[in-house]
Amino acid sequence: MGGQPPKPPGIFVDRKWGPVVLRLEKRPTPSRFWLYATPPVAVILTMIAGGILFAAMGKNPVEVIRTIFWDPMFGEFAFYLRGQLLVKAGPLILIAIGLALGFRAGIWNIGAEGQYIMGAIFGASVGLAVFPTESRWIFPVMIVAGAFGGWLWAMIPAILKTRFNTNEILVSLMLVYVAETILAKASTGFLKNPEGMGFPGSRNFSGYPAAQNAFLYEPLGLHWGGVAALVTGVLAWVLLTRHQAGFQIRLAGQAPRAARFHGVSPARLVVLCMGISGALAGLAGMFEVTGPAGQISIDFNTGYGFTAIIVAFLGRLNPLGIVLAGFLMALTYVGGEMASTNLGLPDAAIQVFQGMLLFFLLGVDVLTNYRFRLAVGAL
Amino acid sequence: MTRPELLRVEGITKAYPGVVANSDVSFSIGEGEIHALLGENGAGKSTMVKMIYGLIRPDSGTMTLRGAGYAPTKPAEARRLGVAMVFQHFSLFEALNVAENVALGMESPPPMRELAARIRAVSEEYGLPLDPSRMVGDLSAGERQRVEIIRCLLQDPKLLIMDEPTSVLTPQEVEILFKTLRQLSSEGTAILYISHKLEEIRSLCDEATILRRGKVVASCTPRERTAREMAELMVGASLKTPERRVAAKGEVALGVSDLSVDSPIAFGTSLKGISFTVAKGEVLGIAGVAGNGQDELLLALSGELKAAADKVRVAGRPVGDLGPVERRRAGLVAAPEDRYGHAAAPDMSLVENAFLTAGVRKELTRNGFVDWAGTRAFAEEIIAAYDVRTPGPDVAARALSGGNLQKFLMGRELMQGAGVIVINQPTWGVDAAAAASIRQSILDRAGEGAAVVVISQDLDELLEVSDSFAVLNEGRLTKPRPTEGLTMDEIGLMMGGAHGMEVAHHAG
Repeated sequence: MGGQPPKPPGIFVDRKWGPVVLRLEKRPTPSRFWLYATPPVAVILTMIAGGILFAAMGKNPVEVIRTIFWDPMFGEFAFYLRGQLLVKAGPLILIAIGLALGFRAGIWNIGAEGQYIMGAIFGASVGLAVFPTESRWIFPVMIVAGAFGGWLWAMIPAILKTRFNTNEILVSLMLVYVAETILAKASTGFLKNPEGMGFPGSRNFSGYPAAQNAFLYEPLGLHWGGVAALVTGVLAWVLLTRHQAGFQIRLAGQAPRAARFHGVSPARLVVLCMGISGALAGLAGMFEVTGPAGQISIDFNTGYGFTAIIVAFLGRLNPLGIVLAGFLMALTYVGGEMASTNLGLPDAAIQVFQGMLLFFLLGVDVLTNYRFRLAVGAL
Repeated sequence: MTRPELLRVEGITKAYPGVVANSDVSFSIGEGEIHALLGENGAGKSTMVKMIYGLIRPDSGTMTLRGAGYAPTKPAEARRLGVAMVFQHFSLFEALNVAENVALGMESPPPMRELAARIRAVSEEYGLPLDPSRMVGDLSAGERQRVEIIRCLLQDPKLLIMDEPTSVLTPQEVEILFKTLRQLSSEGTAILYISHKLEEIRSLCDEATILRRGKVVASCTPRERTAREMAELMVGASLKTPERRVAAKGEVALGVSDLSVDSPIAFGTSLKGISFTVAKGEVLGIAGVAGNGQDELLLALSGELKAAADKVRVAGRPVGDLGPVERRRAGLVAAPEDRYGHAAAPDMSLVENAFLTAGVRKELTRNGFVDWAGTRAFAEEIIAAYDVRTPGPDVAARALSGGNLQKFLMGRELMQGAGVIVINQPTWGVDAAAAASIRQSILDRAGEGAAVVVISQDLDELLEVSDSFAVLNEGRLTKPRPTEGLTMDEIGLMMGGAHGMEVAHHAG
């Protein structure tokens, strides 16, 4: 997370000495109150700062905020938009949970977007290879292939890190651009729809029931990806709080030397965490390509892998918090789209708005471990 | 002999939230006097000297320096007025040389060449040999301390504060340091000497002020008192000497042969051909100045550093290539020195920290799932047995005082019923009463048949608990000898004497 502020040398309470200053003081134990209060406070601050931004752009801030946060759930088109929430939240949650496990352990997989793409390509390839065979085993095999694709892509930075001590942040990020190139190749080359009149893009899975990730319950936008996201949330929570591997993940992130003393092998932990986050991102990509997206196309990826980083922190790296944060972020997506079509707000403004959320979250987060003290004395 | 008064401290009080560090403390130091500030950990010695050095300010009370009001607001001001301080923990940059380090501490350093010449001059004058062009990373702890002392002496101080200066020195180095301090004193520099080592104070200091729980409980002339009298003043109770049950020496429980490992620590010391055995019921004490491979030895025994299988054997079984989990299973537990971040995870609760090492031997997992109820019960057991002062087992480890956390961590390892126990610095930063009870439980475990290795820089502690005694020096271990009958001189020679100091003093 954000850089730790320098430790103050001491607190002076004497009224005789020097001017009054605000000082950050480390709390003896992290504040439970701020642990839970940070996300709502960050959301409110984002609304205020975002409102100022929108006002400066000549829009009515109240209207924009209402369009983003209120209309998708209770507005005129809520019957449709509510379903969109889970459609967007599903992949965000799935990816963010995987990332959070790594972040907890101090392993920074920034390339979930690439793993998401590779999961989609692997999953889709299996389905397209057997087209048009009908069997109920096709979709499960595609799920496995999707997870494998993401896992494989995440193993590249993992093994480079454990073998050559490379930086996983840079390698995983760079591999996103490699994956995007492969995606372009796939949609114009090896996965191109032979009946697509030369247009780029694969066959559409909506026309292939055995390989399609159809809605299980359309009004809520529930498909297998949503189910996987919610189940993963619960499983990850159990892992972190009840299982030895979860303890080791938390320990490695908080006190790496204590983790080695406990008996954690840093290399194995890197492979485990990168593997889980890659596989979950791959799953998300596979569910997306066979469901809401429908086909492999050049612009298949829409930044879920990056937005999931915000979701992971917004949810306090806690799986259940991430489920809530995923819905909140989906709200800004769905509402943001509404705002851009109805109010003519540029996409970039919406992205700035989402970025503000992370900014304020990390800023307010300081209060979990530190408190402000009115202090007297020179610095 | 009456001396003109240099510094007078009157009615100084300093409170932190929840604790009064100093309460109405008064004493005075004469010119050229060596004055001891004596007290247990947490008695308020460090707070007191930090106020004299301008690092923190008193809530109330006054100080006068040579008759004038003295209220430094920062260390630079204290230095300008002639007060210098050598800290217990050095603030030196290992990748810079001696002269560069000294220059960093000065407001307006002279040109490097001139500074180097002055360092040479001062070091010769006071018998503290030091080559200004040497890298600090290559210096021993004693030599590093010399850098700090010379840094102070260059400012020509009237009062030199020394915080626990001998904890990193060999007995010979201590003698040489004392010689330097006596020379300074005879030249009129007063020394405020903080320590809890009573024999040292008796041999060096003119006057002593004894603090207990932030208050002055006595002042005395150390030469006229016995060490025991002063210790009892310090603790406020009569002291119990640990009693040892003599156990019949059993078969070898821990065997180490020709163990060499590279240090994973920057500027660390690699281990070179370490060999020793510890029998059931035996306590092996390993002495040595900090930084001579103690941390590395602990890592190599705990399993954090691996070697060939037969280099380390527990009850005859080769474990050298096994990690910490398998070694615990084989019956070896270890307690590292650094409490915050190595032996314990500071932000985790005591329950979680209990699981950190006890999970294996106390069988606190089922199919990979942690038995948190069982772990909590074990944590509560430790808290009760070792008198750990904490509101409960769910408190974060860093919320405990150093001594309390140490008691918890010692309990965690000693209560696992292991056959081999390795401890680095068992009583570091622990008050005298708690230290005595920790030593007692080490002896109790040995009495029950455990083989114990105690690595410590406190010679008195080692002489008290160990049956055999060895010294770690630059990564090599001397042959263990029976502790009984060892003299301080012999120990000093085992420790390698004084690092590069003999020549200078014989010459001077």
